Amino acid sequence: MVPEGCALVTGAAGGIGAAIARGLAADGWPVGVNYRSDAEGAERVAGEIERDGGHAHLVAGDLRAEGAAEALFDPLEEGFGPVLVLINNAGVRADGLSPQLGDEQWAQVIDTNLSAAFRTTRRALGPMLRARFGRVVNVASIVGPRANAGQSNYAASKAGLIGFTRTVAVEVARRGVTVNAVAPGFVETRLTEDVVGNGIVDAIPARRVGTPEEVAACVRFLCSEGAAYVTGTTLTVDGGLSA
Amino acid sequence: MPTQVTTNRVEQTIFDGLAEVGAEREQLSREATFEALDVDSLDLVEIAQIVEDEFGVELEGDDVKDLKTVGEVIDLVVARSS
Repeated sequence: MVPEGCALVTGAAGGIGAAIARGLAADGWPVGVNYRSDAEGAERVAGEIERDGGHAHLVAGDLRAEGAAEALFDPLEEGFGPVLVLINNAGVRADGLSPQLGDEQWAQVIDTNLSAAFRTTRRALGPMLRARFGRVVNVASIVGPRANAGQSNYAASKAGLIGFTRTVAVEVARRGVTVNAVAPGFVETRLTEDVVGNGIVDAIPARRVGTPEEVAACVRFLCSEGAAYVTGTTLTVDGGLSA
Repeated sequence: MPTQVTTNRVEQTIFDGLAEVGAEREQLSREATFEALDVDSLDLVEIAQIVEDEFGVELEGDDVKDLKTVGEVIDLVVARSS
């Protein structure tokens, strides 16, 4: 029996985050739709969720800001109860070859993709432990476990996220809280629109890029009651690219 | 809304919390050590969450890592709330 509570998806104004938010709402969770700057996109996602009979709550906030986790969680907890499903999806890229990568390019990517996930997870775990139920899913990438020239900052952040996932998973497993990651390959989103193409599809065994909904389907599984015994793992969603 | 903090109220809340994480009620006392109660670091995280929910007092890792007895935690919560 899943206790009363809600879900929070960071970076949910579009792409994979939006698909996850819609999917979790369809599974019955009231969903906090976080965004940093794309208010229009977030409102569209929330509107779609409400139109389909779900509950959505917009939570604006830059995850790099001090106190960002509190600002996201407090209104959701007040309205819907504890955040029992947390999806750390917000991510940025700032590509460049390592010799030319600036400190700010490094810090921006590590802070957003990795440190912010730590802070939201830290904020989420206490109530999850009390509820004896929780689902944390970190949206990593096949870049990290695999190399991709020009993305050392991104790779470091995503590899870090996978290590973080494993360790937190073993810390909290005995309280019914699972912590997993998904590692998408090439998926049709704004973040990848400039890298999809250039013959990349020929290298993917499935001969196509993935859709946000296909990543969301994996996240929905990891958040389900049926996945209670799945923790500390990374589910690769890449059409066979890293097989 | 956090509950008003009194020593008795804090003691009762922490005793209830310790029982919730598996400590034997008959072994609970201010002098009892967490080691004797078989209360580990994850249990203490949960106690900290209970304290925050009930009294609005935040206990972080550095606050509790050197505490050995139930009474030390009670005293810390009372001191922090005053």
